[in-house]
Amino acid sequence: MDLKLRVWRQGGAAGPGGFKEYDAKGISEEASFLEMLDIVNEELTMAGEEPIAFDHDCREGICGTCGLMINGQPHGPQQGTATCQLHMRKFNNGDTIVIEPWRALAFPVIKDLVVDRSAFDRIVEAGGYISVDTGSAPDANLTPVPKEAVDAAFDAAACIGCGACVAACPNSAAQLFTAAKIGHLNLLPQGQPERLTRTAAMVDTMEEYFGSCTNHGECESACPQGISLDYIAQMNRDYLKAQLADLRRSGQK
Amino acid sequence: MTATGSKNESPAKAKRPLPWPIRFYQSDVGKKYVMAITGVVGLGFIVFHMLGNLHAFEGSDQLNHYAEGLREIGEPIAPKTFLLWIGRLGLLAALAGHLHAAWALSRSNQKARGAVGYEDRNYLAANYASRTMRWTGIIILLFIVWHLADLTWGVGAINPDYVRGEVYANLIASLERWPVFLIYLTAQGALALHIWHGAWSLFQSVGINNARFNHWRRNFATALAGIVAIGYLTVPFGILFGIIH
Repeated sequence: MDLKLRVWRQGGAAGPGGFKEYDAKGISEEASFLEMLDIVNEELTMAGEEPIAFDHDCREGICGTCGLMINGQPHGPQQGTATCQLHMRKFNNGDTIVIEPWRALAFPVIKDLVVDRSAFDRIVEAGGYISVDTGSAPDANLTPVPKEAVDAAFDAAACIGCGACVAACPNSAAQLFTAAKIGHLNLLPQGQPERLTRTAAMVDTMEEYFGSCTNHGECESACPQGISLDYIAQMNRDYLKAQLADLRRSGQK
Repeated sequence: MTATGSKNESPAKAKRPLPWPIRFYQSDVGKKYVMAITGVVGLGFIVFHMLGNLHAFEGSDQLNHYAEGLREIGEPIAPKTFLLWIGRLGLLAALAGHLHAAWALSRSNQKARGAVGYEDRNYLAANYASRTMRWTGIIILLFIVWHLADLTWGVGAINPDYVRGEVYANLIASLERWPVFLIYLTAQGALALHIWHGAWSLFQSVGINNARFNHWRRNFATALAGIVAIGYLTVPFGILFGIIH
């Protein structure tokens, strides 16, 4: 299939960017979206031009490194799928495909389609972990956890941190990412000792970089892991509790 | 914490911690709680105002009696108009909170978006109501000011036939003019859209979320938006069709 690409090109973080059009000819329907870009890049390199820079790593939808705005949808037209798992059979011969980087103040462009998502790291550093004493490994199943809680925590833990939620949000809010990172710990017994301090610290850090939630639901529909808005409600609830609870008594200060 | 893209240009100074309600309100999540709670106050008022309006169908005496009754709430224990003013001040405070939080959140969101937007954007979940909350809100605010000037303060330029206490006559005198009818129609459309998103959204903002009743949240908002819009529009349509005269 033959395609027209309209790609955002930007030399560096400071430089002004703009769209450039490329032809992608003879692309197999079996190719993944990133493979299609690889083919275009090969031709650009052969022609002595600078190849299009884009983020990618595992190419099997589990690392969260890839992420492109494709025809106005984060990760493209197939829902519940990361860019690397999107295949060209989702497009038609002769299509024009607009490819843009994630847009948000907290996600500055490094080059072309690559953005700096380290604001997510700042949020996780603020409390996205549990403190454990070292020592011999505890017996398996020593702490009872209901199966449903495990499942819910696992659904949140499926977040790969790709940033599609921020890219999709008209407010550039990172509520779905933060709620997932809070939720997978706050739903399990191991996460309880730091539950409220974690929530407050991570939300406060999130708000240094990102916008607020107006409950459009765009993040949920853009998420390649299908993470639910329900976690945002839980985060909001825990944030209020963190304000009201006697944190000194529970050792969470 | 000097990562690129921070919304705060200067580093925060170390300060004595503020009392928790202020600290809570400083956060965007806290402001969303204020949006939701003041929104509920507004919804309560909107529903009772709508029910009160239906007295117009009972005729002049009943509507005027009801309006006078509002001034006498709490009598003889409280002085006349005392509880009415408490209510008015409460509503005014809720409106002020709603407006300030909306303004502050909008600014925060605009800042977070950055300078460059998308060339192409294909929304999947965001709907007309959710994306126009700011504009429907402004329409409602303008309507409130105009509505008070028209039927509460009786500003001469807006309602020259206004007579204080003659609620029924004032209502008809105002709504018989077709531009006024159109203002009502526009305001009710904006209100219905605002409620349709807001009355659903508020549950998420305050963390009321449970698989047992989540599907009712949207139904609740739809029903409330519909009932409020129909309830309010019965009066202008009643006047248009001569049922109220």
